[in-house]
Amino acid sequence: MLEHFVTWLGDTPWSVGLHESLYAYTVIEAAHVLAITLFVGTIALVDLRLLGAAFRDAPMSQMLNRILPWTVIGFAVMIATGLLLFYAIPVRTFHSIWFRTKLILLLAGAVNIWLFHGRVQRDVARWDLGPTPAAAKVSAVISLCVWAGVIVTGRMIAYNWFDCDKPQGAFVKAYAACPAIPGVTLP
Amino acid sequence: MSLFHTFEGFEALGVSQAIRGSVWLFPAIEALHLLALATLGGTILMVDLRLMGAGLNTQPTVAVERDARPWFLGALAVMLATGVPLALSEAVKLYDKPSFWVKMAALALALAFALAVRVWLVKRVEAGSPAAWATAMLSLTLWLTVAVAGRWIGFS
Repeated sequence: MLEHFVTWLGDTPWSVGLHESLYAYTVIEAAHVLAITLFVGTIALVDLRLLGAAFRDAPMSQMLNRILPWTVIGFAVMIATGLLLFYAIPVRTFHSIWFRTKLILLLAGAVNIWLFHGRVQRDVARWDLGPTPAAAKVSAVISLCVWAGVIVTGRMIAYNWFDCDKPQGAFVKAYAACPAIPGVTLP
Repeated sequence: MSLFHTFEGFEALGVSQAIRGSVWLFPAIEALHLLALATLGGTILMVDLRLMGAGLNTQPTVAVERDARPWFLGALAVMLATGVPLALSEAVKLYDKPSFWVKMAALALALAFALAVRVWLVKRVEAGSPAAWATAMLSLTLWLTVAVAGRWIGFS
């Protein structure tokens, strides 16, 4: 099902065009890296503030109201450019163990943000300048780990050690959902 | 000895050979370089956003700069500690790439501006003023040039 979809996606003219373009892919990838810098750079400093390791005299509500909007902009550009990068090379990326791990981490990051906003941030007025609640610190540590993992796994997608067209062990084959006859659906 | 010979010497160093001889070392150092980039970018933005009146408005600009500095310097140290061995390992290839020299020139300017000029200016310009905007824009432009030229090294 998904296999058919990514194969179809990779055969669309715009996907081929993007993949073979000299500059478009490069420009999108550069924009993706800059968006990640904006997204992770700002969210990491909010996390470090929660942990009491940076901007200690800034009220937490200031960090959330004045810095998180920039995080959201970074996230939006990161997702938009990321989708385009996937669209340019869908089949290989779909079978990348790094991409699959990155998606799991993105999901974990999203759940963490959702929990933080729902349970922790609501009563921020009570600890705006006081000690951060333990739950918020846990959320900050998870956030730092998850987004660091997203950066590392994202960078590794470019490397082909675990590609399906190379001999792989049972775990990689299963995790990457390698096609039974390697090479048939791969570019 | 010419500059090119110096670069050949860099590539012959033990650390360069170790990185080239390993499948994992270059990507691993590269990943660390990117993690530090995100942190560095965040700290630069905190100060430049404050200068433009778009950041932590309840805090004085000087305080934001002072609070951001340890993380800025820490991230910078990791950037250099990872960037230098990456560059040494492929020094001869880099010698011929304009993007590498653009990055180094922009880095020198960005560092001089951040460490000598901007720390002086944050104490004197009023946040949101044209002078503050000019300071922030110059800072962001210099660092963007470093990042974009850096990404370009991988493609050219």
